[in-house]
Amino acid sequence: MTTHTDEHYYVPHGSHWPVVGSVGLLFLMVGISSWLNGADAAFYVFLLGLAIMVFMITGWFAEVIGESQRGLYNEQVDKSFRQGMFWFIFSEVMFFAAFFGALFYARNMSIPWLGGESNNFFTNLLLWEGFESTWPTNGPGNIGGEYQVMPPIGLPLINTALLLTSSVTVTIAHHALIADKRAQLKIFLASTFILGFIFVGLQAYEYIHAYQDLNLKLTSGIYGSTFFMLTGFHGMHVTIGAIMLMTIFFRVMKGHFTPEKHFAFEAVAWYWHFVDVVWIGLYVFVYWL
Amino acid sequence: MATAAADITDHHDDHGPAKGIGRWLFSTNHKDIGTMYLLFSLVMFFVGGAMAMVIRSELAVPGLQFVDPGFFNSMTTMHALIMVFGAVMPAFVGLANWMIPLMIGAPDMALPRMNNWSFWILPVAFGILLSTLFMPGGAPASGWTMYPPLVLQTGDAFPFLIFSVHLMGISSIMGSINVIVTIINMRAPDMSLLKMPIFVWTWLITAYLLIAVMPVLAGAVTMLLTDQFFGTSFFLAAGGGDPVMFQHIFWFFGHPEVYIMILPAFGVVSEIIPTFSRKKLFGHDSMVYAASSIAFLSFIVWAHHMFTVGMPLTGQLFFMFATMLIAVPTGVKVFNWVATMWRGSMTFETPMLFALAFVFLFTIGGFSGLMLAIQPADVQYHDTYFVVAHFHYVLVPGSIFALMAGAYYWLPKWTGYYYNETLGKLHFWMSTIFVNVTFFPMHFLGLAGMPRRIPDYSTQFADFNFIASIGAMGFGLSQLIFLLVLLTAKKGAKADDRVWEGAHGLEWTVPSPAPWHTFTTPPKNRIAEESF
Repeated sequence: MTTHTDEHYYVPHGSHWPVVGSVGLLFLMVGISSWLNGADAAFYVFLLGLAIMVFMITGWFAEVIGESQRGLYNEQVDKSFRQGMFWFIFSEVMFFAAFFGALFYARNMSIPWLGGESNNFFTNLLLWEGFESTWPTNGPGNIGGEYQVMPPIGLPLINTALLLTSSVTVTIAHHALIADKRAQLKIFLASTFILGFIFVGLQAYEYIHAYQDLNLKLTSGIYGSTFFMLTGFHGMHVTIGAIMLMTIFFRVMKGHFTPEKHFAFEAVAWYWHFVDVVWIGLYVFVYWL
Repeated sequence: MATAAADITDHHDDHGPAKGIGRWLFSTNHKDIGTMYLLFSLVMFFVGGAMAMVIRSELAVPGLQFVDPGFFNSMTTMHALIMVFGAVMPAFVGLANWMIPLMIGAPDMALPRMNNWSFWILPVAFGILLSTLFMPGGAPASGWTMYPPLVLQTGDAFPFLIFSVHLMGISSIMGSINVIVTIINMRAPDMSLLKMPIFVWTWLITAYLLIAVMPVLAGAVTMLLTDQFFGTSFFLAAGGGDPVMFQHIFWFFGHPEVYIMILPAFGVVSEIIPTFSRKKLFGHDSMVYAASSIAFLSFIVWAHHMFTVGMPLTGQLFFMFATMLIAVPTGVKVFNWVATMWRGSMTFETPMLFALAFVFLFTIGGFSGLMLAIQPADVQYHDTYFVVAHFHYVLVPGSIFALMAGAYYWLPKWTGYYYNETLGKLHFWMSTIFVNVTFFPMHFLGLAGMPRRIPDYSTQFADFNFIASIGAMGFGLSQLIFLLVLLTAKKGAKADDRVWEGAHGLEWTVPSPAPWHTFTTPPKNRIAEESF
């Protein structure tokens, strides 16, 4: 299991980063809450919190990367990181599950019921007479006004192709890393995060198009809510994933990672595949069906 | 940030704790972090308890006497949030931090820095939550379930409520990842999964539940936030959404959550009963399978919390029968505890007394749960004091008693001294008597139709309410005895390593108090001799 030279599991002694993170979260949460309550100046508190969080994340990861480079981590520590990353991604999956759940519930339950299905004849008659169950919809109250639906072909299809390609390139980069072909690794890793950023850019363009030309907004009833919340959280995760890939890229440029030991690379690759899979779910259930 | 070459050598754990406040703020030691979790939860227990005293004072006699109805509702809401997320859950995480590495022979938790962060998020989360008491519009008053549209009427406290729930979730998820990774990756080489102590097993399952459902709660409260501030229609029927949808998402989190609060309690009791019966735990493996079944079932029973909300008949039938199924694995557990005691050489020290009371009183809560599971009957019980009696029976003489049992059981291992047994027994008897005086009459109130979450009631309910209030004051005061036990914890005789005559397990092979670092190299071939 462990070799003689590193039979000790590395236990760091004392770290100030967690407390810095807690202070950052305090400013972040108090700032945004007060801002939502109408205190405009609180936005700066939020930004301060954000800055502290960025400082904390950079510092914490720098410390871990330093320890890793100095060879303090044995195989067992490596395994802990792997399992930790796996369960973190699982928690992310469950977060998206809540929003997919909302989408399915609205489509299969609440909207048909508002339209009088099941035993809801009187719901329909007394509350929303004349409302017919359809999807997409902004509800019987026509919340947000008339809008057009985002078609599945066009931009979303291009975005699907981009993300799927980026999943292939990151795999090629991984194989290059294992085969110790550093030049190939750099090219394919760079193309992965560039594809990721292009995806985010196109997604932003799509949002502008939706708001300006289709009158499709976050406020466009349940369709707008689920559309923007699902694609929005996904886009946020793509952005985070692309930043992670970029960090890994800079580490590769500095000569980090060996064909045997490259947990951070794999963790980021897992994360990237995860955002890819979520996108496929989005493309099928939000754009297409 | 350490860069010096000298740093490379000091990962050999040959150092003691840091001096001053830094020891606690920057801690990466599972024992210190465990202690912080336990003390934090104790503080929250008294804060939440004080709120319960406000509730019971107001309800002692009919009419309004001390607080206005809005503040009363804030009290019920905050009492629940603080007790669930601030007292019970962190207390079990504290026990997990302290005991799991000792029980499985690990040097520490797998991810020590993250362990520190999971703890230090909690004071921030509860600082924010408690600060809402002083905000315009008052603290959240919609009940801890935060149902829309009612919760959307919260004043300035609303976004603070949402974000403090987010923080509690982040803390729980990180803590749970740590527990799972520690258990899977850090066990002594000869400890196979089915040789793990039951406490470790129940925590493994609990941590899995937490990672699966805390993000769902985060999603639910995020939807509340965007509905309130950004114009989404998740819970707005006019936009095609549905307020009932929130209840489905919330209870998809909420039902596993109640098992998150009871499974580690099962684990603690399963450690204590064999020790004081001087017998091996009856049916160790069936305990594991039962706990796993309960965890699985917890994902498919959520709508029994919403039987009266309007649901297709098939849904009502499914959730009713699935709920009743839970009685089977729970029955296995209760049977095994009783069978462990059967013909055992029993003694009744404080931990055992609490564990015994747990088995008996938790089962009462389980039975009232079965009554509530029957959909046609639940239409009558729903939102009455019968429900309040039910969940307080499983949470107070359930989770809290198991926590007390665990605290007394392991206290000598933590401090190195025996606590005052007389005070412990006094604490037990006072708690047990008053907990029943408080909550048993609530069954009758509920069956007679007294609704929950109201500050005033019809005079026909006066007698039982008065009795319950006396019980609550008694129970509250009894907990001060526990404080006294803790303050005098180091005044007793020195504890030996084994502490209890019948105790078995790796944690009893290390000195009392457990040194700051234990098992820096994994113990070898000690598992077999530590089983009976």
